[in-house]
Amino acid sequence: MKTHTIVLLVQDRPGVLSRVAGLVRRRGYNIQSLAVGHSEQPGVSRMTIVVESEDVEQVVKQLYRLIEVIKVSDVTDDPIVEREMVVLKLNAPTASRHEIVSMCGVFDAKIVDVGASTMIVEMTGAPAKVENFIEVVRPYGIRELMRTGRIAMVRGARGQFATEYVEHAGPNGVPVPTTK
Amino acid sequence: MSETRTGAQIMCEALIREGVEVMFGIPGGAIMPFYYAMWEYRDKLRHVLCRHEQGAGHAAEGYARATGRIGVCIGTSGPGGTNLVTPIADAMMDSTPLLAICGQVGSHVLGKDAFQETDITGITMPITKHNYLVKDVNDLAYVFREAIYIATTGRPGPVLIDITKDAMQKSTVPNWDQKLNLPGYKPTYAPNRKQVREAVKLLLSAQKPLIIAGNGVIMSGATEELRQFAETLRIPVITTLHGIGSFPESHPLSLGMPGMHGWVHCNRAIQECDVLFNIGGRFDDRVTGKASTFAPNAKVIHVDIDPSEIGKNVKVTVPIVGDARLTLLALLEELPEREALAELHSHASDWLEHIRDLQEKHQGKQQYVNRANTAQWALPPHDVYEKLNRTLAARGNYRVVTDVGQHQMWAAQLIDWNAGPRTHITSGGAGTMGFAVPASLGVAIAHPNDTIWAIVGDGGFQMTNQEMATIKQEGIKNIKIAVINNGYLGMVRQWQELFENKRYSGTPLSGPDFAKLAEAYGWKGLTVEHADQVQEAIDEAHATDGPVLIDFRVEREVNVFPMVPQNKSIAEMIITEADA
Ligand SMILES: Cc1ncc(C[n+]2csc(CCOP(=O)(O)OP(=O)(O)O)c2C)c(N)n1
Ligand SMILES: [Mg+2]
Repeated sequence: MKTHTIVLLVQDRPGVLSRVAGLVRRRGYNIQSLAVGHSEQPGVSRMTIVVESEDVEQVVKQLYRLIEVIKVSDVTDDPIVEREMVVLKLNAPTASRHEIVSMCGVFDAKIVDVGASTMIVEMTGAPAKVENFIEVVRPYGIRELMRTGRIAMVRGARGQFATEYVEHAGPNGVPVPTTK
Repeated sequence: MSETRTGAQIMCEALIREGVEVMFGIPGGAIMPFYYAMWEYRDKLRHVLCRHEQGAGHAAEGYARATGRIGVCIGTSGPGGTNLVTPIADAMMDSTPLLAICGQVGSHVLGKDAFQETDITGITMPITKHNYLVKDVNDLAYVFREAIYIATTGRPGPVLIDITKDAMQKSTVPNWDQKLNLPGYKPTYAPNRKQVREAVKLLLSAQKPLIIAGNGVIMSGATEELRQFAETLRIPVITTLHGIGSFPESHPLSLGMPGMHGWVHCNRAIQECDVLFNIGGRFDDRVTGKASTFAPNAKVIHVDIDPSEIGKNVKVTVPIVGDARLTLLALLEELPEREALAELHSHASDWLEHIRDLQEKHQGKQQYVNRANTAQWALPPHDVYEKLNRTLAARGNYRVVTDVGQHQMWAAQLIDWNAGPRTHITSGGAGTMGFAVPASLGVAIAHPNDTIWAIVGDGGFQMTNQEMATIKQEGIKNIKIAVINNGYLGMVRQWQELFENKRYSGTPLSGPDFAKLAEAYGWKGLTVEHADQVQEAIDEAHATDGPVLIDFRVEREVNVFPMVPQNKSIAEMIITEADA
């Protein structure tokens, strides 16, 4: 099954995340990752979902049925910047610290905490690069690993602009009703 | 109007502003403030107390389907809300504009498993077009407007509003003028002209074109446009279960119902046609059979207001997103002069004649009407339909509400549907047994001058018949119930007979004496055991100034034919008992 990266603009109302997640689940599509946060426009959130589906057109159409979904773009085949973040707690006895530090340098990873026998490192990059980094540090001993969902943005002037919906989406003195 | 109101008063005024006149419901702790307020508005806002929230929901659905207006049902928190789940799901499947109003526990205890707290917005998320939890009195005026707008526009559907008790009790000055804030909800009504032209081109090239008309034609009020379109192009019309009433069956171009219990000639015509024009139907699996084998020779034009329906089950050559009526008008405008239709018309009579030959060969309705093989039965169910059909046609001003099962399919097959849109009301997509009796209550309130016949099986009747008490209490006289009593969950028994070697597991069914039950409810109750008594009973029901139930004790093990076994191609039909 093909993996698709879909970017959505949604009205920022309570419950919108569970609506999107619930819809994708009940229509039988498999979510690999989901990331959500504010967009450039107050009142509008942006989500990136990575789904497996034979029929992505149906996924897109079904997402549009949700009242709060403003815009859905399947960007899988577009030129995009894709990012994920991983945070790792590594075994770091004094003997291996030096090696870990230099490996982090190669991958542009940051050391954010150093304990007596462990280190926390943070790394951001394209999904493949994140994958690669994890494999490279695995031999040192991963105590904890945490990854964010993927986010994606189309390169160049083209894009999906929340401000285009400003007239409707903005606060504008229009209180956003409490919804769930 | 800019005075302080309680939340509950705002709810009443919001409903009145949206043109709501009647609501069906049951009160309880969390919704009591709304009931307290509605007393003040009772002249404008009629409340019908039902006996079960499921009944309230179906009654609201019946009202909505019979009018095209929003149906409103009410339940309290917890079980009140969960009892509404079935009608909400039913409304979702059949695109019925329904507003469900639920009380919720106070916002200070929300999420604490308070008495009768249930997460009804969570439960109904997949079965509503949209839903809301309102915790602030200041949101009520806006949310009610938005909810009704969403329920009634685009592809209609159910919307639920759950309101905490304190939001109903608190007061505010309502703001009725807030602009709707729905950047993600912009239904498409006008079809794309380019697509319309593509459709015309395809239709003009057809030698064996066919129209399938569905619920969308009725909901958009396009029956007249459909007639004009079919007549101008001389294309025969098939009507789905929910398309019944969109095109008169007496019309020379009408073919009848397709699908699992559709007519042989309809299914054959679908398999043979070269262009299939589906307007407002969603290619449900009960219509298509095994979808990959459906209409193998056809290029498909699919008109639907919901883009997600197009291409979902059947491959489409020309997709058109739009309102059925506006699309038919656009198509009519794009049609060439009469001379240019000559080519299309030249094939029309051959094609229609071919289909009529198929119909003759496989008899269709006739097979039931001249039933030599049923002569030994005391009361064949077909007798009931035949007599009811003739009587209704002669009397006029009727609507028929059916439940789910064999009796439903016989009604669709054996009644000549010529009374126009919204005269055949049934639970199609969800197939909800128990729909008919409460739905007939809503239909009867919407159309007090029509006679409403609820045709229901003995199984479905025993699910919701308590609404007979509601009907009595409300003084409704124009409902007549025909129980097609076969002592079985008949449709399931049929599958067991045909595909499971007559293992009648969990299908034989007894019941009380339904006529006596009716009398206990203050109705007139009649029992018919023999074919000679059918007409007399129907006439007596019509002559009675009040609700009447007739218990038709029909032959028990009769099957609905023709039939396409589940997941089979519609080309593989069991046509009569002899093929089974
Ligand atoms: C609520 C509900 N439960 C179960 C079913 C499954 N079902 C479909 S038809 C049918 C039999 C209906 O029996 P009855 O109401 O007597 O009608 P008949 O088929 O005998 O005419 C059943 C059980 C259903 N459709 N709805
Ligand atoms: Mg039965």
